[in-house]
Amino acid sequence: MTVSQILFILFALATLVAAYLVVTVRNLIHAALWLVASLLGIAAIFVMLDASFMATVEVVLYVGAIAILIVFAVMLTRRVMEDVGPQRTNNWWFAAILSVLFFASTSILIWFTKWPNLPEGDVGDTVLILGKSLVDPNKYVIPFEVASVLLMVALIGSIAVALPSKQSE
Amino acid sequence: MPEVRVGDLLVSLYDLLGWGLSELGLYPSVVSILQKLVAGFILANFCLLTPLFTIWLERKVSARFQDRLGPNRVGPYGLFQGFADIVKLITKEDITPASADKTVFNIGPVLAVMSVLGIWAVIPFTSTMVGTDINVGILYSVAVGAIGTLAIMMGGWASNNKYALLGSFRTVSQLVSYEVPMIIALLIPTLLAGSMRMNTIVQEQQVWFIVAAPIAGLIFLISGIAEVGRAPFDLLEAESEIVAGFHVEYTGMKFGVWMLAEFLHAFTVSAITAVVFLGGWRGPWVDQYPLLGIVYFLIKTYFVSMLMLWIRVTVPRVRIDQMNDLNWKFLVPLSLAVLVMTALVDKLIPVDFSAGSRSLILFLANMVIVVATLLVLRGVSRKEQAAQSDLQAEVNSI
Repeated sequence: MTVSQILFILFALATLVAAYLVVTVRNLIHAALWLVASLLGIAAIFVMLDASFMATVEVVLYVGAIAILIVFAVMLTRRVMEDVGPQRTNNWWFAAILSVLFFASTSILIWFTKWPNLPEGDVGDTVLILGKSLVDPNKYVIPFEVASVLLMVALIGSIAVALPSKQSE
Repeated sequence: MPEVRVGDLLVSLYDLLGWGLSELGLYPSVVSILQKLVAGFILANFCLLTPLFTIWLERKVSARFQDRLGPNRVGPYGLFQGFADIVKLITKEDITPASADKTVFNIGPVLAVMSVLGIWAVIPFTSTMVGTDINVGILYSVAVGAIGTLAIMMGGWASNNKYALLGSFRTVSQLVSYEVPMIIALLIPTLLAGSMRMNTIVQEQQVWFIVAAPIAGLIFLISGIAEVGRAPFDLLEAESEIVAGFHVEYTGMKFGVWMLAEFLHAFTVSAITAVVFLGGWRGPWVDQYPLLGIVYFLIKTYFVSMLMLWIRVTVPRVRIDQMNDLNWKFLVPLSLAVLVMTALVDKLIPVDFSAGSRSLILFLANMVIVVATLLVLRGVSRKEQAAQSDLQAEVNSI
């Protein structure tokens, strides 16, 4: 086993354990903090894949947003520290079946997909390649533009929701 | 044995350490890990000891601004005041509130310092001396800074104190809003250099970027001060009006660690400004003797640091509505306008123009935006004054 394999197993294990704790821990804030740990594990795996841009974006967007998530968790819930209710509803078996099905189908997909091998040696500036392929008509310019428009719609929508209506004034 | 170059002494010592370790018969990968651990240890300690000096400097200089003497009892010119303060903080009782979430309470301050120290990994001291020159350097510095926001939220929540929690809400709202103009302002030097790699950005500055992007530099400085939460943006912990803020429950050295994170953050923002806008290690004879770059870099960093101090002791504290207005109604639109303008003008300039004339054209374009902004601001303030005098007339008629 090479060093990078050992590192991958360590990071993957840390990510999985943290992700498990996110859904089992009773304290809402602790769950959010375990989510941070899990996302940092994913960022570490991105670093190991030489995807430095993806790794930093993972930290900027997700870990940075967790602080806001905690703000909402505190403001929208009552007595997060004292929650003692049951952690399962009666529909747990349905969720379990769905999760197993999802896991099985993704596993099958991953197993049968022909993954391209990593190019040997130095591939050059990965950020440059990423940036160029995002504006290349033969590559990802349409998904990129569609995502931009979607974000724009979300922005305008949030403004429309937050605007006070004319009658109430 | 690698040759030792006096002009690049520290890097030579680093190579020498690697050579010595590999002579001991260690694997190359182990050698490079050990080398990096030693270098990281020295860098981290340099950063952690810097505030000892900068805190003394700040107290001394702000005392002069306010016609006082400042610390002058411990050591020559009060230089050892910092050590006395640290001893005081360490010997104080360390209280953890009984109902606090102990683990999160203790992780908070450590995470805050870590997030600031992490930024120093990508800051180039000289052309050859940089922790790790990753190709997303600028974005990395923003990403690691975002963890600091999380640390503040953790500290405020774990204290289990209403005022601490409210304080951390205030702080997070300010930090998150001022991140927007800061990132947009950092996009402009990235655009001009054509890379997010810190060392490339410095190398591309034949003419400092403060000439080609003066507005972006100013926006970055303002939002940087707001990110650190110092005057005039210290309404988060305005001592004279409200309970301190998120660190109200911290005592002794844990409080000291929060303060350390704040001072180090201020110094780090100055360092990033020096690297991105003031040409970092660039200066005369730096090609022959790269070690000189450290001197230039530190001079520029301390210059920005003193500029921030000057602002801090001169400008009065802003109100919370002014803080929000300045960000969302002024800095964000302005930074977006400058970004679009820079991208357009930079594309229109022919490739064979020299760096000097390119900077000059961009500078002039920036000045056009300054004039336009001032005209818009004048219009807005005239409207507001008219509305106010109308109101006054109405009141007088009653």
